[in-house]
Amino acid sequence: MTSTSTMLSLASAPPTASLSVHENLKGRLKLGGGSLSFNKERANPFINTKSFSRISMVAAVKVSRFEGVTMAPPDPILGVSEAFKADNDKKKLNLGVGAYRTEELQPYVLNVVKKAENLMVERGENKEYLPIEGLAAFNKATAELLFGASNPVIKEQRVATVQGLSGTGSLRLAAALIERYFPGAKVLISSPTWGNHKNIFNDARVPWSEYRYYDPKTVGLDFDGMIADIKAAPEGSFVLLHGCAHNPTGIDPTPEQWEKIADVIQEKNHIPFFDVAYQGFASGSLDADAGSVRLFAARGMELLVAQSYSKNLGLYAERIGAINVVCTSADAAARVKSQLKRLARPMYSNPPIHGAKIVANVVGDPTLFNEWKAEMEMMAGRIKNVRQKLYDSLTAKDKSGKDWSFILKQIGMFSFTGLNKAQSDNMTNKWHVYMTKDGRISLAGLSLAKCEYLADAIIDSFHNVS
Amino acid sequence: MKPKPRINIIMWGFMGSRLTSSTRCMSTSTKALSRFGWWDRVSPAAKDPITGVTEAFLADTNPHKINLGVGAYRDDEGKPVVLQCVRNAEAKIAGCDFMESNATAVGSKLVEESAKLAYGKDANVVKEGAFAGLQALSGTGACRLFAEFQRRFHPESPIYFPDPTWSNHPNIWRDAQVPVRTFQYYHPVSKGLNFAALMDDIKNAPDASFFLLHPCAHNPTGVDPTVEQWREISYQFKEKSHFPFFDVAYQGFASGDLDMDAQAIRIFLEDGHLIGCAQSFAKNMGLYGHRVGCLSVLCADAKQAVAVKSQLQQIARAMYSNPPIHGLLLVSTILSDPETKALWVKEVKVMANRIQQMRSTLRESLEKLASPLNWEHITNQVGMFCFSGLTADQVDRLVREFHIYLTRDGRMSMAGVTTSNVSYLANAIHEVTRYNREASNVC
Repeated sequence: MTSTSTMLSLASAPPTASLSVHENLKGRLKLGGGSLSFNKERANPFINTKSFSRISMVAAVKVSRFEGVTMAPPDPILGVSEAFKADNDKKKLNLGVGAYRTEELQPYVLNVVKKAENLMVERGENKEYLPIEGLAAFNKATAELLFGASNPVIKEQRVATVQGLSGTGSLRLAAALIERYFPGAKVLISSPTWGNHKNIFNDARVPWSEYRYYDPKTVGLDFDGMIADIKAAPEGSFVLLHGCAHNPTGIDPTPEQWEKIADVIQEKNHIPFFDVAYQGFASGSLDADAGSVRLFAARGMELLVAQSYSKNLGLYAERIGAINVVCTSADAAARVKSQLKRLARPMYSNPPIHGAKIVANVVGDPTLFNEWKAEMEMMAGRIKNVRQKLYDSLTAKDKSGKDWSFILKQIGMFSFTGLNKAQSDNMTNKWHVYMTKDGRISLAGLSLAKCEYLADAIIDSFHNVS
Repeated sequence: MKPKPRINIIMWGFMGSRLTSSTRCMSTSTKALSRFGWWDRVSPAAKDPITGVTEAFLADTNPHKINLGVGAYRDDEGKPVVLQCVRNAEAKIAGCDFMESNATAVGSKLVEESAKLAYGKDANVVKEGAFAGLQALSGTGACRLFAEFQRRFHPESPIYFPDPTWSNHPNIWRDAQVPVRTFQYYHPVSKGLNFAALMDDIKNAPDASFFLLHPCAHNPTGVDPTVEQWREISYQFKEKSHFPFFDVAYQGFASGDLDMDAQAIRIFLEDGHLIGCAQSFAKNMGLYGHRVGCLSVLCADAKQAVAVKSQLQQIARAMYSNPPIHGLLLVSTILSDPETKALWVKEVKVMANRIQQMRSTLRESLEKLASPLNWEHITNQVGMFCFSGLTADQVDRLVREFHIYLTRDGRMSMAGVTTSNVSYLANAIHEVTRYNREASNVC
């Protein structure tokens, strides 16, 4: 047996700039080797050891390598639900996270989902690993739902579709792809946008900057600002667009505005990057809500599209979505798909089956698909009704003459009320209405019965708090 | 207006990409544009060495084909298995109204039960809650969370893997931007553990290094340290203040006994190490496709555990937000109900026993064929895999000539061996090795 001094093989990645968030940890590491203390009660004699003649091993003072780890700030959105749960007031209202609730303010499992799950149990399917790219039946169904089955991009096989962990996971895969193949390229995100977008790009080390979007004066779209900022960005930037039902504002461009946005993106050789989390929830129609994406695809543009089935199929907890990359050729799509797989493998190996099978079953079966469309219309319809009632209540109760019509103009689950942080805090502290500090309320968590109460809260916060 | 074609040659050159024609014509779109393709720079990725095997296997139409690639359990008919305990749990939860408010409770239950499984149900660390535990996307996800966490708080520290290790380990830590190193582990001549070299490498590594350890059923070799060896490793880790990270993918598959398979972890716990642990329920509960696992990091106290957990949650939030609920529901349903849990424990034993049986049979068959080589390692090695010692050329022959699929490092998943295919397998192995004395270099 050779007993040479061993060489530790090195297979190190290239050195990178330190991303240490906690610089104060450096130099504070305690090496446990010199601080073993003897604790007789927890002595652990090595009774069967042959070759070792040494002192018995003791349980040393526990020194953690992660001693300096500080508490991460609570997630601004999920933190709201946690605070809501802790509140004991009977009048409390959770308008935080964008999860659909019935008029009784209960979570809703779609009937088609229950049917699909029962089918799956009856069939007794196995639980083998999916391929890295996910369930083939799901990938086909999701791309067709997004683009339309007869769309040239589908027929020409120019879409690389990989199942992802809902919207977040799909966005992260796309971000990792951008980081690897377009190092230094920026993603332009709307101001404001979903709070987790920044986290995703930060962790993926993709630089980002904001384009103007929300105009607080009109409580509408700052279209000129948006166009100007997209124009001003370096050529070849990625422009993150919400396909429909913008989160958090609920403000969507008109079809004419979408055309202009596409124009300026093409002019600057930017690449459009859609986040489609609410297909079906904006207008109630799955096809209509895919309009913006299809408009861009019809222009022959290459684009990225992240999808989520959390809201429209109520599959929040199953984590089912997809990343689609529309390419100029089938060959490019195949290559891109292979690289997306290479990014997914070291993240989670392969995606979860359950949600994928539900979607594939629902979308793949004409009866279930039609039932789904009806349920989708019902959910979107409930939100539209709630908007109307809230608007009516506000207009009736508020004597100041303020124009509340933005509530009707906004679309989807959310409404950007225009309340500032202090006013939002007042909503929570005084009225036990839980919402995010940017003034966003989730109408999916509002019932017709509570509209008047909410109207009172909003009017009070708006007029009596600055 | 036609946009200018983008000519960023420097960027393209840097990516080392395949450049194709930059002209593209859209046949059917109304505004056909000829311009370069954004993804021209993207070359095709190599197939994953493990899943690529399954892909090739599926494409093969030969009736005798055998898949010894991926470590997924098969029954004696070569079929995937859904455990009865899982079916029972499935029936309980299918089609019922899942309350989102339950998600937190379910997740906590999973973490609690996972910790008991790994650390022992009466372990102090479990009772005191001095650990940060989070549900993860099976073993891969747990490893990736930890790798990102390690990078965030110890950006200069590399990770040491045993040589060899699961092929995805380096990918995980590299994508997390952690430098990767190895320590000696497998002895190709003895087909066992190179313990002396292993201990040297542990001693020679810089103090306070991060090490990944397989507590049982080492993947790909099936070679595990003995209990005594684990104690020595633990002692040396203390001397060097190394951080032990355990990847627990096969608890129950080594000996058939879940507690025995966790011995190495418990030794480290007794010695006071504050370890990290990635657990997977893919194999031992047959929940492969559900992606359910757990990451735990032991902490000095419950307060620190809260801080560490908050950071892990933040990392997860930017990767996938929350883990998929279905697998969590299944695991927590199974582990919370004593009867179902007892059934599970039995079923794990059945799986482990069948694999042990196949190991014996394969070895006997090869010996009966008067193979010139020593095949003791088939039964010495433990868990799902046998590190056969076959060379890449021999593996290629097995694939080409016999339609037997395994990874090119010679790793065979014994779970793919059945009573009906073991003779065919033995014959095939014998065929490709009978004239190859030098390759094995044993008695």
